Amino acid sequence: MNGIANRMPKFIRRADPAVVTAFACIVLLLFLGSLYSRSFLSPEYLLQQLKVASFLGVIATGMMLVILLGQIDLSVPWSVAVGAMMASAVAAFGPVGVALAIPFGILCGVLIGTVNGIGVAYLRIPSMIITLATNAVAQGLMVVYTGGFSPQDSATPAMRYLATGFTIPGVPNAVVIWALIGAATVFVLTRTSFGRSVYGIGNRERAAYLSGVDTRRVVMIAFAVSGGLSAFGGVLLAGYASKAAQSMGDAYLLPSIAAVVLGGTSILGGRGSYLGTVAGVILITLLQSILSVLQMPEAGRQIIYGVVIVAMLLLYGRAPASR
Amino acid sequence: MKDWRYWLAEQRGTLLAFGIFIVMFFIYTANHPAGFTANVVQTASNKGVLLAFVAMAQTLVVVTAGIDLSVGMIFTLTNCLASWLVIGTGIETAFGVVAVLGTGLLCGAINGAIVIYGRLQPIVATIATGAVYFGLALLLRPFPGGSVNEDLADALTGRLFGAVPASLVVLLAVVLVVWVPFSRSVLGRAAYAAGSSETAAYMSGVPIRRGKFAAYALAGLLAAIGGLFLTFFTYTGDAAYASGNAYTLFSIAAVVLGGVSLFGGKGSAIGAIFGALAFRTIGDLLFVFDFDPLWQPLFQGVILLIAVSLGAFALFRVRNRLEWFL
Repeated sequence: MNGIANRMPKFIRRADPAVVTAFACIVLLLFLGSLYSRSFLSPEYLLQQLKVASFLGVIATGMMLVILLGQIDLSVPWSVAVGAMMASAVAAFGPVGVALAIPFGILCGVLIGTVNGIGVAYLRIPSMIITLATNAVAQGLMVVYTGGFSPQDSATPAMRYLATGFTIPGVPNAVVIWALIGAATVFVLTRTSFGRSVYGIGNRERAAYLSGVDTRRVVMIAFAVSGGLSAFGGVLLAGYASKAAQSMGDAYLLPSIAAVVLGGTSILGGRGSYLGTVAGVILITLLQSILSVLQMPEAGRQIIYGVVIVAMLLLYGRAPASR
Repeated sequence: MKDWRYWLAEQRGTLLAFGIFIVMFFIYTANHPAGFTANVVQTASNKGVLLAFVAMAQTLVVVTAGIDLSVGMIFTLTNCLASWLVIGTGIETAFGVVAVLGTGLLCGAINGAIVIYGRLQPIVATIATGAVYFGLALLLRPFPGGSVNEDLADALTGRLFGAVPASLVVLLAVVLVVWVPFSRSVLGRAAYAAGSSETAAYMSGVPIRRGKFAAYALAGLLAAIGGLFLTFFTYTGDAAYASGNAYTLFSIAAVVLGGVSLFGGKGSAIGAIFGALAFRTIGDLLFVFDFDPLWQPLFQGVILLIAVSLGAFALFRVRNRLEWFL
């Protein structure tokens, strides 16, 4: 057994079994899809899937940062909605508003993330609780905001261009953006001291603190980045759908956690690679696409989602049994 | 220290929640146009009891240092199921009630099995099972509808002897039948011990797995009682995603207000009940002061944010900075 393993190329031996499983599942899904319809393997379909996946990819990047710390960000739904709605709303204020729409949307997400980060890092509130609370506050703010008067909710041309346009012929802009964010994330996680501290804190925050890392600052920044990326995902989604809606983020909480966890990132923190998250995002998107091609109703999709996530976690996401 | 002092220290969170509730309820009824009448109390208790059941469910799991983000979805699922089953003759209705409660127990047991024997993190596992339960609810009721045995519904949401809300009596009965025996049993002690320090409990030979499993399963049962009551109030089943999520969220707020520690091992369901009643009363205060209902979600969110931030005061008691990192 050992001999076979040694004869395999180095990159396969070093690969995380979870990432390999995720990619194998992608191939399996594509194979099953191609049995159903030949168009599943056409470049147009695959590119379209990659474009849809890039929205989830941007959001899942932020989620991955937070999960690597051993925390979780449950404020994703309304961070997405706030990003989309605020960016669209600012565009109503003349040409300056249109120019500032995208940065302002992202800034609102960063604000939500910063509140989360302060709560988790400095006030030591469990992350799932404080993020649920900020999610509720963000929801309340948006309900008050849209209820008082009806704000502009259509996306600006720049947002539409980012989400649906083509700068490089044949490659949608959304995919380019995801690739850029992904490359930046890989660089930060593997080549900077910030990235190494993220992994260190995820493994054992006490040890990281005693090694001289300002763990609280790192945690706060990670949450702020996560909020900003969620809001940016919302901006892109608004551009894709050409308008912002209140509940547009609800469909992204479970998939973003699932994508990160299915990609082999430990939910306890400290372990995981961005390649795995990419695999998880594509896997989830393909699963969604196939379920919708099969005209599975919403109820069936929810059930399949839940079951698939629990099953995959039971395969390789279990906590150690030893005491 | 005398015995009563220990008792006081143990019950501090519960008593505080009770105090908040009394003050809030006094403000509420004093400003209510109808004043302190049986009708006002009945309406308030009917609304409060729903959250109280879900908060009790959350308490059981939080005490073991876990969290159940699927309680709201079990609540929704059992609501939809009850709108199909709890109808017809007396025997049919009784069978329906048992089936609904059994479903809740089963949902809780599945959560428990996945978390304890599957060794998964409670957050992710219960978000995922919550999606499954919501999917099932949507299968049962793609559109709001259904009906319920109205005689039973009216009896349980009405008043006894013209003054006491029947829903409060049911809540009391559930506390006496489910919570009191559980918290005094070996399994209940095991759940508390596991939440306080799992390693120490394990070393002392406490049956932590069975205790935690019982806590998760009973949480499902309590959420199902809540779902049953929702059906009694609304006469329909409705698979509403937002409402299920809101109940999960509010149950956490109620638990925190009720003095239950989110780190486990501390607090009681009685406290969570008063936390739930207080939370509901605070939310309704907006109406008696004639605010626009649009502000209610924001108001409840801010209360939740403040309630969870109160836990940060424990930081002042930390002597060694390493205690920041649990």
